[in-house]
Amino acid sequence: MELKDKLIASFMAFEEQVDVNADLHDIRTAAIRTFEEKGFPTKKEEAWKYTSLNSLLKHDFTVFPKHENAVEFAEVKKYFLHEIDTYKVVFIDGVFSSFLSSTTHDGIDVCLMSSALNKPKYKMVIDTYFNKVASKDETLTSLNTAFANEGAYINIPKSKVADKPIEIMYFSTGKESALMVQPRNLIIVGENSHVQIIERHQSLNENAVLTNSVTEIFAQKRAIVDYYKIQNDFHSASLIDNTYVSQQQDSHVHVNTFSFGGNLTRNNLNFYHNGQHIESHLNGITIIGEKQHVDHYTLVHHAHPNCESFQDYKGIFSDNSTGVFNGKIFVEKEAQKTNAFQSSNNILLSDKATINAKPQLEIFADDVKCSHGCTIGQLDETAMFYLQSRGIPKKEAKALLMYAFSNAVIENIKIPELKQRITKIIANKLGVKLGFDL
Amino acid sequence: MLQIKNLHASVEDKEILRGINLEVKAGEVHAIMGPNGSGKSTLSAVIAGNENYEVTDGKVFLDGEDLSDLSPEERAHKGIFLSFQYPVEIPGVSVTNFMKTAINETRKANGKEEMPANEMLKLIREKSELLEIDRKFLSRSLNEGFSGGEKKRNEIFQMAMLEPKLAILDETDSGLDIDALRIVANGVNKLKSEKNAVVVITHYQRLLDYIVPDFVHVLYKGKIVKSGGKELAYELEEKGYDWIKQEQEA
Repeated sequence: MELKDKLIASFMAFEEQVDVNADLHDIRTAAIRTFEEKGFPTKKEEAWKYTSLNSLLKHDFTVFPKHENAVEFAEVKKYFLHEIDTYKVVFIDGVFSSFLSSTTHDGIDVCLMSSALNKPKYKMVIDTYFNKVASKDETLTSLNTAFANEGAYINIPKSKVADKPIEIMYFSTGKESALMVQPRNLIIVGENSHVQIIERHQSLNENAVLTNSVTEIFAQKRAIVDYYKIQNDFHSASLIDNTYVSQQQDSHVHVNTFSFGGNLTRNNLNFYHNGQHIESHLNGITIIGEKQHVDHYTLVHHAHPNCESFQDYKGIFSDNSTGVFNGKIFVEKEAQKTNAFQSSNNILLSDKATINAKPQLEIFADDVKCSHGCTIGQLDETAMFYLQSRGIPKKEAKALLMYAFSNAVIENIKIPELKQRITKIIANKLGVKLGFDL
Repeated sequence: MLQIKNLHASVEDKEILRGINLEVKAGEVHAIMGPNGSGKSTLSAVIAGNENYEVTDGKVFLDGEDLSDLSPEERAHKGIFLSFQYPVEIPGVSVTNFMKTAINETRKANGKEEMPANEMLKLIREKSELLEIDRKFLSRSLNEGFSGGEKKRNEIFQMAMLEPKLAILDETDSGLDIDALRIVANGVNKLKSEKNAVVVITHYQRLLDYIVPDFVHVLYKGKIVKSGGKELAYELEEKGYDWIKQEQEA
């Protein structure tokens, strides 16, 4: 059976498994219909021109894990920011692991989506926010909505600073030969509040995994959200990440995406503005090789005056790897005095690596500053000579320059331990010991 | 120490060096002067092994060893140092970390252990004092946002750290105010010994008031057309380069 048919056929069985209230049932039913009608996207669609899901969909994915799988902390410790105390919401093969998690209801809610969806005390919040910014037309988002049940639920009330970073972790044990998971996260950050969140999807062996994840983030007035996505998975793991951000006036949201691994990764990152003086920051570092593929598909929708958005994506591609950057900036007529900047800088280290970069600016206001820039190149020869003339061999010199190239984005990491971690991953990726702790 | 024999080099098929002969002995300071476009910077780049220049004839020897097939880093490991006219900015890599990398790579290439951290710190302290460099400066990203003078002072700091046999200073005086010039020259003079040598490449005589050369060579159209003692620098300062040009064209 094709994956599409299998998913549709599983829908009723899924709804029987979970507690369903009538509202959720309606949302899910509408969503599965959208997916049924549209199916998986193909390269014929403009938005998927450079990313094909075909080979991925050939796997016979299990859509429900058959049993709960346990994982020892020691086995996965290295994936956490274990040097510091964090809240943790951990899932194993899509199932919540209370053993590995460290949740809280003390002043802030850091817990699991399934209880938020089903417990009456959360009903008002769910009615207000759930599936409110996520697209109702986009087929993969709809597929996720149809099966939305488990994921992280984070609610930071008004004027609260989350006292520790929150780690959202999805582990795949590989006990199924091929598993599809569909996490659903809902994050609400109240007025004047601040939170730092790290999200990671990680396989524990090389069996195929397909993750189709949806995250909705609501930033209320003056809220600050720092969100970090770490994508450094095995070559057998593919990820479609659909993130939707809804911002109120004076809020600042930063989404930093670090794409270092995986087979196929697609990041659909969408920002919507609902007030003035909003700042949206979208940053990314992509370092891939072999036959890996990473596609960043971003949208910033400016609908109000005096807002700013900044997109800075750096990519380093070696071997036969392929990258895509499609950045759309939409400025409505009312959104005067918009500042919207976008840059995509890429280094190709091999003749066979490719990057497709496409800015899409649709501007209907007349008093705006918008810019986009895209560069594709090799490493600067003068800089190489400079480093070599100091005794640094070619390979290490290259690595240093690539590190320097991605530095502007690394500098945005506000959690020092995470910055160290990312730096180490980058050094590893570049295949050198840089000779010092950066 | 350094021997250059009939060196010809071109870039993109344009010949820039047309038969340079030069010998620099340990303990000596040589100045290479000349008008713009005479090939001064090309000469320094070729000695340091820049692969963008093609050596079409002739050879460069260091202590009798032919450098022709050596990469820039191998030349650095053998003790050649080039102070750049336009040092490159490396964001995210501090001066200290950059020096640690450079020193340890050189030690590794010469079969030595990495320098112990306390020794490294001591060396950094000692050399930064020599160049009157503030400690805070050392944790800044290499050359990023440095003023022209800071960049040059940093180049000489790197030279002090690496203790090369042969240091080539390419237009180190350009962009320096008089105080910075004095600090830089003072640093170079203190590093000078009977065992090493310095080649100063400059357009002006100004730096040579501070770093006094044993020999002055005039480079013109890719050849050394005149050599002499330090008085030649004064003559050039006074008369400009036109008389050299006229002599050559005559």
